[in-house]
This record gives sequence, C-alpha cells and structure tokens, in this order.
Amino acid sequence: MRYAEEFRDPVAAKGVLAAIARVADQIGASGEKPVHIMEICGGHTHAIFRYGLDKLTPPGIEFIHGPGCPVCVLPMRRIDECVEIAERPGVIMTTFGDAMRVPGQRKSLLQAKADGADIRIVYSPLDALELARRHPEREVVFFGLGFETTTPSTALTILQAAADGLGNFSIFCNHITLPPPIKALLDDPHMVLDGFVGPGHVSMVIGTRPYDFIARDYGKPIVVAGFEPLDLLQSVLMVLEQIRDGRAEVENQYARVVPDDGNPVSIAACAKVYEPRPSFEWRGLGEIDASGLRIRTEYAAFDAEVKFGVGYGKGHRAVAEPEGCRCGEVMTGRIKPPACPQFGKGCTPEMPLGALMVSSEGACAAYYQYGGLRLEETA
Amino acid sequence: MCLGIPGRIVEIADPERKLAIVEVMGVRRPVNVACILMDEPIDRLIGTWALIHVGFAMSRINEKEAALTLDVLRQLGEAQGEIEAMRASERTLAS
Ligand code: SF4
Repeated sequence: MRYAEEFRDPVAAKGVLAAIARVADQIGASGEKPVHIMEICGGHTHAIFRYGLDKLTPPGIEFIHGPGCPVCVLPMRRIDECVEIAERPGVIMTTFGDAMRVPGQRKSLLQAKADGADIRIVYSPLDALELARRHPEREVVFFGLGFETTTPSTALTILQAAADGLGNFSIFCNHITLPPPIKALLDDPHMVLDGFVGPGHVSMVIGTRPYDFIARDYGKPIVVAGFEPLDLLQSVLMVLEQIRDGRAEVENQYARVVPDDGNPVSIAACAKVYEPRPSFEWRGLGEIDASGLRIRTEYAAFDAEVKFGVGYGKGHRAVAEPEGCRCGEVMTGRIKPPACPQFGKGCTPEMPLGALMVSSEGACAAYYQYGGLRLEETA
Repeated sequence: MCLGIPGRIVEIADPERKLAIVEVMGVRRPVNVACILMDEPIDRLIGTWALIHVGFAMSRINEKEAALTLDVLRQLGEAQGEIEAMRASERTLAS
C-alpha cells in the first residue's frame, strides 16, 4: 500500500486512521450524510491529493477545498492592471513565477512579456529591490501577492527601500487576509461546513487568535495543522472529536511551528506599512469587506497604484469571469472540479482558463494532476 | 511560495539590513532574518534552521523538523520548484 512507504510512521498513521473511522461512526457520518471539513490552505489541498488522504479516510468525511491559494483567487481585473503597469515605458515588472499564467481579461503576464513588456521572474521581493538598486534609470515594480505568510516580506522590503531612500521601487499590492473570506463562506447560506483544518504557515505569522470568531460566533471547530500527512490526519481527528463532544474550539496541532500569538516582528511590520482596504475582489467569491491590504499613505512613494494611477478607485468595475468557468462554485464546495464542463478540455494546467488550474495548490490542478493516478490505483 | 522551505543559516551577510546567507538544499542565497531575531546578537543564528518564505526567515525550526518538512516538500514537488525559483531569480539579477 502506498501510504506504508510514504508515511514517515505508518503504524501511527494506521492508528489515527482507525480512530478517525471510529469517531466518524460515533457521530453517524456516512457516504450519504458526510461531515464536511474544509482545508483552508492550498498547501493542504495539494498534500491531501498527493497522499490520497481523501481516499484513506472513510467515505463519511468529505474534504471541501478552501480559498487558500492566493494565486487562484486573484481576480482578472488585478492581472489587467498589472499588465497595464508593466506595459508603461521604463518599467521592469517583477513577479513570482506562479502569477505568470493567471489569465487576465486582455492577457496574462506571460502573454504581455511575449508582446514585449519587460516582466521578470524573481524568487523574493528582496531580489526586486536589488534590481532597482542596479537599474536606477528604470522603475522597478514588484507584483506583491499572497496571504499573511508573504505579507511581512513585502512590508519589510518597503521599510528597507524607505531606509535606503530608493525612489525607483514600488509594490503593486495584492495582499489578502484569510479570516474575512472564511467569515464570508460561513455567512453563505449554501455552505454546509462542519469544521475547518486551519492553515499552518499563515498561522505561524498571525497566531491562532484571529480564528476565535469561527468557534465563538459560528460554533465550528478549527484545528491549525502542519503539512505532513500525519499532521493532517491528526487534525481531521481533532475536528471530528470536537464535533462528537459538542465542542467548538480553536486547537493548534502545529504548535511546534505556530505560536498562539504569531510572530511579533511580522505583525508589527505589516501594521506599520499596510491598512485594510474597504473591500477587495476575490476570483470566484466577489468583493469581500476588509479582506485586502493597501499601503498606508506614509509609504505612498512605494505604492505602484499611486505612482501609476491605476487600481482601486480608478474606474472601479467588476470584470466577468471567463465564459464557462465554474471556479466560484468549486471554491465554495458546491461542485467538484470534474463537474466543470471546461475541466481537462478548455482548461488544463498548460492552458488554464480559470485560476484554480494555474497553481498546484488550486483544487482543479490538484484533481487534474492526481485524479488519473488515483483512478488507476483503485482499478 | 506559500509552503516555504527549510534552510540553514551559514553566514551573516549584512547585519544592518539583517541579511544572512542561507543554504537551502545546497543553494546559497541572501535571506532576511528580522522576523526570527530576538534580543540576541545576529551571529547567534549561524548554524540554526529556519523556514524560509520568499527570501525571509519566518520561523525557527529544529533540524529534525527541517528534515521532515523537506521530505514532504520533495514529495509534493515543491522543493524543486523553490530551488528553480531561486535559480531563476539569480538569472534575472544577472541580466
Ligand atoms: S476546470 Fe478550469 S474553468 Fe473549470 S472550475 Fe476549474 S479552473 Fe475554473
């Protein structure tokens, strides 16, 4: 059996799986009446597919794949705006490689690069800053995106640029925060969630307290989890035990990396540089209140939206998703990826139509990559 | 990008900018260590392990945790992706 080789501790994994089956039984979860557990983080989605955890756990447990992949939830309009900045004369646009193929309404960054825009892939905003130092005659812009895990990196980069007095560096800020969309999902009348597996690395930065509202106001359990398959199984078991015992608490399975209070240096740097936007658009989920961050006016010199006059407040208008794309329904757990008519036809990882196909953390790409493999194995 | 990767701090490059040289699967690159620095001299970090996200050390981890995390990242294909991203960035800076 595959998991015998890949679980670091197969005996422990067997034990946890047996406990999961037992508790699932105790709460009456079955294939017809499953418990719905959302893993919020795209990294967890990837791990669940890679290790086939959805197949190892009993049919009474259904995983709903959450909105926790920052590339997947980038709306088309922001890609369009990024392309618009990149096409200005004198600009070098820098970005993480993941964002290159996200479709915009006009084109992706990859297409814009092919059409002549100077777009370069960097591993870190620090490298974008270094590029600005080396090219004082050019305007270097960094396409900042990501959840709380990467937000401190751009905040600290801006603070460094300010300390160095660099005038040719700015950030096109698309940072988003995780608690608001969870609240939006919980407020959605279609939602059937019974509990959450919380993100590990986002929580390493913000701690576990920002999730208190999930337990307190919505009565749902949440367990912050690590990335090893055994971590994930243990966290699922902890969620099920809470359901069985009628508890709703924030528990921390990943305490070896996640302090309950988060990382104080990161939190302070983010508070200094960023403030919440009134609202921000998420692909598939629409505008969500206070879910995005913008650069404070004190640091406006490093804000590409201010520098180039694009973005929120400038001709604000929602852009429709690509035709036939059902990303929104996948993201809210209403349909599974193969139910989208474009899945594997008009939409593949090589030529993504929707954003859930772009990154290995997107639910559609994970299904595409691992779906066939698992079918062969069960055959 | 979101999962990060464990690396070992091998050298301090620029104490004022809080930059250290970190070795990740044999690749060395500058990493900002501000977030894991407590009230201690920066050289104390040499030899320790941290989770590195897009060029920033975000959490201290021990060697055992580092090895386990690397295994998972290799199996997910993310470790190779991170290393490739670091190399691509080197090429960008050289251009
Ligand atoms: S298959 Fe493509 S278009 Fe359909 S939901 Fe997934 S990402 Fe969107």
